[in-house]
Amino acid sequence: MLEINNLHVDLEEEDKAILKGVNLSVEAGKVHAIMGPNGSGKSTLSYVLSGRGGYTVTQGSATLDGANLLEMEPEERAAAGLFLAFQYPVEIPGVGNMTFLRTAVNAQRKARGEGEISAADFLKLVREKAKALKIDADMLKRPVNVGFSGGEKKRNEILQMAMLEPRMCILDETDSGLDVDAMKLVADGVNALRDAGRGFLVITHYQRLLDHIVPDVVHIMADGRIIKSGGAELALEVEKNGYADILTEVA
Amino acid sequence: MMASPQAKDAPAMDTRPLPEGGVWITAARKAAQARLAGMGLPQRRDEYWKFTRPDSLTTPEAPRAALFQGEVPEVFGTRDRLRIVFVDGVFDPQASDDLALEGVRIERLADVEAQDIHWARDLYGTLEARGQNPVPRPLAALNTAQARDGVLIHVTGRARKPIHLVYVHKSEVSDAILHHCIRLDAGAELTLLETGPAAARFNKVMEVDVAESAAFHHLRIQGPDHERRAITHVFARLAREAVFKTFSLTANGVLTRNECVIEIAGDDASAHVAGAAMGGGDFHHDDTVFITHDALRGESRQVFKKVLQNGATGVFQGKILVKPGAQKTDGYQISQALLLDDDSQFLAKPELEIYADDVACSHGSTSGAIDEDALYYLRARGIPKPIATDLMVVSFLAEAVDEIADEGLRDEIIGHFEAWLERRHG
Repeated sequence: MLEINNLHVDLEEEDKAILKGVNLSVEAGKVHAIMGPNGSGKSTLSYVLSGRGGYTVTQGSATLDGANLLEMEPEERAAAGLFLAFQYPVEIPGVGNMTFLRTAVNAQRKARGEGEISAADFLKLVREKAKALKIDADMLKRPVNVGFSGGEKKRNEILQMAMLEPRMCILDETDSGLDVDAMKLVADGVNALRDAGRGFLVITHYQRLLDHIVPDVVHIMADGRIIKSGGAELALEVEKNGYADILTEVA
Repeated sequence: MMASPQAKDAPAMDTRPLPEGGVWITAARKAAQARLAGMGLPQRRDEYWKFTRPDSLTTPEAPRAALFQGEVPEVFGTRDRLRIVFVDGVFDPQASDDLALEGVRIERLADVEAQDIHWARDLYGTLEARGQNPVPRPLAALNTAQARDGVLIHVTGRARKPIHLVYVHKSEVSDAILHHCIRLDAGAELTLLETGPAAARFNKVMEVDVAESAAFHHLRIQGPDHERRAITHVFARLAREAVFKTFSLTANGVLTRNECVIEIAGDDASAHVAGAAMGGGDFHHDDTVFITHDALRGESRQVFKKVLQNGATGVFQGKILVKPGAQKTDGYQISQALLLDDDSQFLAKPELEIYADDVACSHGSTSGAIDEDALYYLRARGIPKPIATDLMVVSFLAEAVDEIADEGLRDEIIGHFEAWLERRHG
């Protein structure tokens, strides 16, 4: 479903290579995890896939269901079914969370040639999904992410994911800044969305999140490349021994 | 009449005869005419008019202004309110409600100007005259001299519902002058709404005297007409523990200058002045504010936001003057512009002048482009760039909208924004 071939990416400002030949294939119904030390390029990969500015692709390709992601605007990628849960969700003062959600849902439906969801159906759907994530009416009414705690912001990301029902979900360090209870809540939200038609790419520093979202495949990323792939047990190995052993072994 | 010190390139003096009236108004008009003669009309070389060309405000005839052709959604339509309608500056009795409201006496200037004595005698032109120092405001003096209509509102209690001044613009060449006086007795409360473009050229003065512990809330939407011109002045004086809050929303307008001159005369009084403006092309919007603190523990806030594109110009001249002895003054001022392209400009002149040593005053002024991270976040959720940009515009203006104390009115403004988004993107 998500196919990444020999992807090379430079950071525009510094003319510095960040990704140096990433190869990755995520199949529908599978959860892939990417782990790796700081500065290995994990977050850059999520940004490049979702269309953030400031990066230049110098080589390689990335496709979702065969469509070339790299040629699309960020909103086209979203409409094609790609979703990035941000590591640092952005605060948008003055724009209500509900307005934001409804605008996003309807924009994607429109882009796919579907009709707008009715206000009543939308409200019903939001309430149902929000309840599972323990997001109350007040959080829905407040401006997007403004005054939200770290945990609330991450839960709000998962709510957006649940509402938009993407084909391919990328979670960028969704566990950072979460306590155990919040992580459980987020993981439950993600697990509820796991199904045969949907792929996940979970980027994380720590194995902890993967106790709750059990991956099918774990990749280790270092210096802009995936240097090792394995099963869920690879994450446990990292947790036990750190990245040093793997880096030495591969080098 | 004294000779005015006019240079050769100065605009011609206003030579219209004063309107006929009774003793009280004639005295005020004559005094204003004399003030105007002493000051002369504003000119480009005046420091106070450096960023806004006054020419089109001082020509004998109003420049022609095409009428807005689109649909204008009714604002405050769901609210119980007392409507007073002016069409091109002329009172429309058919469209207006009865001027009856418990705890409030409402009269038209035109109805009482023939009287020889009236309570407004102590207010009409008085705050305007006080506001002429240290900076002259000749177009306000011209208004006091020439206005033939307006509303005189005396609030003795808590007004049960807002008074809504509705300004309808129907003539391409209308040149409207209105002068309103509002007096709030001790402990009284009033919310005043104003909507509409009023005329091709509109000169409005509003004098507001807020007595002890009284509260005045003012909310204005200046209408969608693009070619209209407006010069408006609010002069307010605040007694002890008085509250004064004003918010203006301006979309479009080839020339709008809103001046607000506030004197905090009583201890523990509070004045908030806020504005949100957006426009493109030859849109020119000027907020000029002068707040004088002349009492203890006064609090004032100025919050102005402007969204500019396609060569539009935004101006902010804001001053906080803290007089000797006005200790524990808390003054805050922020003016910000969101420039959606490189062609637009924001000209800001924030000023603090402080003669007391125990005060907290701060000010800030910024102009910048749209936040790319926020734009990317919205687009990553599938929201196309034009809609995402508009959402960012609404977000940017929100800080000014948040200044509206009344939650219901604030929601009306937010609803107004949402309707705007809906119209633009369906």
